[in-house]
Amino acid sequence: MKRLSNMGGMSRRTMLQGTAAVGTAALITPWGTPLRAQPVQGGTLRVGMAHGSTTDALDPGTWEADFMIFQAHTRNNYLTEIAADGSLVPELAESWEASEDAATWTFTIRSGVEFHSGHVLTAEDVVASINHHRGEDSTSAAAPIVSAITDMTVDGMNVVVTLASGNADFPFVMSDYHLPILPAQADGTIDPNTQDGCGPFRIVEIEFGVGASYARHDGYWKEGLPHFDAIEQIVIFDDAARQNALISGEVDYIDTADLNTVHLLERAPGIEILSVTGTQHYGLPMDTRAEPFNDPNVRLALKYSIDRTQLVDTILNGYGSIGNDHPIGSGQRFFNTELEQKEYDPDRARFHLAEAGMESLDVDIHLADAAFAGAMDAGVLFSESAAASGINLNVVREPNDGYWSNVWMQKPFAGTYWGGRPTEDLMFATAYERGVPWNETFWDNERFNDLLLQARSELDEDLRRDMYFEMQQIVSDDGGIIIPMFANYVGAYSDALAHPEQVASNWRNDGHRIGERWWFAA
Amino acid sequence: MSHIWIMIAQRLALGLVTLFVVSLIIFLGTELLPGDFAQEILGQSATPETVAALREQLGLNDSMVTRYANWLGDVLQGDLGESLANGQSVSELIGRRLGWTLSLALYAAAIAVPLSLTLGILAALFRNSFFDRFANASALTSISFPEFFVAYILIFYLAGAGGPFPSISNMRGVEGFGDYLYRTFLPALTLTLVVTAHMMRMTRAAIINLLASPYIEMARLKGMSPMRVVVKHALPNALAPIINVVALNLAYLITGVVVVEVVFVYPGLGQLMVDSVSARDMPVVQGIALVFAAAYVLLNLTADVLATLSNPRLVHRR
Repeated sequence: MKRLSNMGGMSRRTMLQGTAAVGTAALITPWGTPLRAQPVQGGTLRVGMAHGSTTDALDPGTWEADFMIFQAHTRNNYLTEIAADGSLVPELAESWEASEDAATWTFTIRSGVEFHSGHVLTAEDVVASINHHRGEDSTSAAAPIVSAITDMTVDGMNVVVTLASGNADFPFVMSDYHLPILPAQADGTIDPNTQDGCGPFRIVEIEFGVGASYARHDGYWKEGLPHFDAIEQIVIFDDAARQNALISGEVDYIDTADLNTVHLLERAPGIEILSVTGTQHYGLPMDTRAEPFNDPNVRLALKYSIDRTQLVDTILNGYGSIGNDHPIGSGQRFFNTELEQKEYDPDRARFHLAEAGMESLDVDIHLADAAFAGAMDAGVLFSESAAASGINLNVVREPNDGYWSNVWMQKPFAGTYWGGRPTEDLMFATAYERGVPWNETFWDNERFNDLLLQARSELDEDLRRDMYFEMQQIVSDDGGIIIPMFANYVGAYSDALAHPEQVASNWRNDGHRIGERWWFAA
Repeated sequence: MSHIWIMIAQRLALGLVTLFVVSLIIFLGTELLPGDFAQEILGQSATPETVAALREQLGLNDSMVTRYANWLGDVLQGDLGESLANGQSVSELIGRRLGWTLSLALYAAAIAVPLSLTLGILAALFRNSFFDRFANASALTSISFPEFFVAYILIFYLAGAGGPFPSISNMRGVEGFGDYLYRTFLPALTLTLVVTAHMMRMTRAAIINLLASPYIEMARLKGMSPMRVVVKHALPNALAPIINVVALNLAYLITGVVVVEVVFVYPGLGQLMVDSVSARDMPVVQGIALVFAAAYVLLNLTADVLATLSNPRLVHRR
């Protein structure tokens, strides 16, 4: 330890090597069993990210890709936080309570929280931050999720939110990455381009499409956090370059590993793979208003003629799980455990085709890899497995560029991906409820819509569970989307890093909170 | 000498016309791309309402002619406008990236130009020797592989586990000139390998062409050493085509290195251009296109002037 006390002349790298060596020695007890590492302070975490664009902006209403979402959780705090186990815990809101009908929510704001600028958090900051996404001329991507708010009032350190109708999951909504709490200006609005925040790190420099550096926020209110002194976030688009950077030690963590070559990373010494089953799923939506998809039997025939296991094995290289044509992940609260799993069954597909009065079926599916990685290949595999049940599936290759404007929700049968939503209600309300803008299948099911409204304002857990179970059943059997697979979030990191036993599954990168939750193993 | 100045002025004027045409082509080209900026920036999360609001806010609802005229008017006053995406000034965005692009181009050129000229002269001198064939074959091999492949090979052998050079050259936290040279060695080497063959073979061909002419024979018959014949008599007359090919390759080093930038995570202009095209961020795309076009125009102009100067008959024309 003498060497370590004289660290003045050592570079950061040699210091890390030194502490790592000492650490390993300390971890091996006389009986040879390693102990669990305790979080250690210090070091610069270097993160290589697969996204990040020069068109990114600081305005929270524009956040979409992982670079900015990671930035968001590194620099900011939210009213509520989704813990690693998926439960909702307080963050800037100390506590909250709902009225009987779940339409009025009172959040008590934590006192004494300091922004990087020294400004102390008030209830006005919260109102201003949420208001940024509301209103007629809002350009915020989060406008739909806050549109239910009709009024917000401040009462000391309390914020009272009134909703148009009851929503039992409203505190969950407040953890959405678009809704960081930023300091209010004198006129009661926020400056959307501010670099201020009250999260674990402050921005030192950010260059869109290139990278960002952060330094530890010393006045952070969470006891003992964060562990790192600084964070370097680097945009590395190219899959090979990103993996090379990790292997050669240029970065400590990469957020996305290329599934085609992940087996090479697995074999590399000193590299750990982080594979988390979350809510991210790939799907093939059909326009339920258009021929022939307006016949539920045709939809069922297609659902039974896709080989899900094969897709997970080939497209995801095993890093995922099979889906059951509904968007709820197996780790979620109300995941329907009793629902029968749909399997590849050409005979059953033929049966449903006959029910629809057809002997064979010719359809086009419009795909591009922009829909999800491997979409083209998935389409080809699907068309081969579908041939066995008399379905002639023609895969049309569309350009990646402009896919979301010209193909998705324009062509009757296409591909899509969803990062998923933390609650069942948010997921259904975003893409399955009648008439919502992202209802990509234009699906409208009476019973489903009724159940969704009922469950939203129901505070009794058991009743809600029954309702969500039934909704999953309805989506799976009648819905317009085939969801063959749930894709894991696959990243990789150097074994110099350590993380808590449980890693969050709501988003990539430990819920994008690696900066706050991880540390360098000592 | 005066007609040289006239020529420069004429070429500059012609260059401005070229830039204008380029801006028009770029504008029309991006108009033809599917989707628009508001949709691209909001991505999958776009709803008709937010798209409409964003279009209104950014003035995308004006007619194409109006937008083009507004933009051109601003450019003539030296204002490249603001990025649609984040409101940053385009000149600032480009300025920072242009600096990186130019320094990498210079670095690569500083290795590639002397190397290819030397190799070209030696190859001409020892025509059909083992050296000639070897130099030709290796230069052609390296130019025949796609750039990214050359880059990966270099990374595999020179970076990777335990290699002496870093595998990514992102310029965050670069300390001083030496550190810069060290960190960008692999991209510079990749570019060198990519452009050397072209320049070397042009040098060799131009010199070999001249070696057949009568005045060279005369010099030989006087008993001059072959090296002296080449450097003193052949090279000055071969300069025009060599300068041209060097200028072309320099322009390539500035405008055509997107793949190398991507593989080495180098924050140059090419990456910015690709990003902005896919996001339909018109002001940035047009700004960069103008810079690229200007680079070609200026380098071509320089090449022509130098080629003229290298030929006394043109300089002293009556």
